[in-house]
Amino acid sequence: MKAGVTSIAVLVSALVTAAPLFLVTAAQAQTAPTAAEGIAQYRALLADGNPADLWEARGEALWKLPRGPKNASLESCDLGRGPGVVKGAFVTLPRYFADTRRVQDLESRLLTCMQALQGFDAAEIAATPFGRSEQVNLESLVAYVSAESRGMAFALPQAHADERLMYEAGKRIFYFRGGPYDFSCASCHGEDGKRIRLQDLPNITKPAGATLGFGAWPAYRVSSGELWSMQRRLNDCYRQQRFPYPGYASDATIALSVYMGVTAKGGESIAPAIKR
Amino acid sequence: MADAMRIRAQSQAGNAVVRVLMAHEMETGLRKDTAGKTVPAWHITEVSAALNGKPVLTAQWGPAVSKNPFMQFTVKGAKAGDKIGVTWKDNKGETRSDEAVVS
Repeated sequence: MKAGVTSIAVLVSALVTAAPLFLVTAAQAQTAPTAAEGIAQYRALLADGNPADLWEARGEALWKLPRGPKNASLESCDLGRGPGVVKGAFVTLPRYFADTRRVQDLESRLLTCMQALQGFDAAEIAATPFGRSEQVNLESLVAYVSAESRGMAFALPQAHADERLMYEAGKRIFYFRGGPYDFSCASCHGEDGKRIRLQDLPNITKPAGATLGFGAWPAYRVSSGELWSMQRRLNDCYRQQRFPYPGYASDATIALSVYMGVTAKGGESIAPAIKR
Repeated sequence: MADAMRIRAQSQAGNAVVRVLMAHEMETGLRKDTAGKTVPAWHITEVSAALNGKPVLTAQWGPAVSKNPFMQFTVKGAKAGDKIGVTWKDNKGETRSDEAVVS
């Protein structure tokens, strides 16, 4: 017990001496950049040599390369703006496709094309862990397709009934609390000015935040040295939530993308971006 | 065959600013895989740059350089239309050379 009392006394005296020091640093902080400004500066420096460029180049080559059991390229793949049209496709996805009768995001649509045109097994690729075999190629393709729409404004269609249904479903999933921590997406992304350590968390319920959150993926992760697609980002969100991942290219993840994408309407796409 | 480098070279006030992005694993040799076995070192050991074939830069690199390295340097007196060549060599003896024209 005695030791406990002494340590409290030490702590109190430490607090007293720390107080004047704190005043000094507060005065200096007026001229020094804030933490958020410092991070923004660091990001700007990194963005100049964004290695996502390497994935873009690889993806463009893969798009044109005849591959798979049918030895065909993806050049006639319809991403929603007609067969083979890549430019501007990313900012209108996810959307409804009449041939598959599904609302699809970029990753699930690429899987459809890879199965229909090239003869790959889409279910097998979807079940492959991230960063292995065909998943690596998929991430390069995602980088290429999203880069072709860089700087364009998000304009997800909501004309089809299924697209509106997916928006409502995505909104509910966004606010659905669950898992051992009773977390929803909205727990972290439903308010302004929240952050995890030094990472600002965008408020995805508002257009500006949704543009930041949805419009920056796919992105190159400096910490892992890999390019992450939106599907991989969502997988990690679910992991942090301690919630089972609904599955690669599943309807639940696509619905979430529809909700975020529609909320981001008019926002500028900067994908593929760079992240810490 | 290693992936191509992305080289951008821009003339600026009589010099050229060169930005190079290389695709390389840059494995340090200190990491262990999921089975507990050491992942063998695999990184770039030498980088060189040339202006119209004349060497202007050589660098010795090691495992401390990041994955997919980015390098920027200025070449004095390089004009628009000049050719900048960059070559790297790694510890497995693999090498890659790419060229860009100063714009």
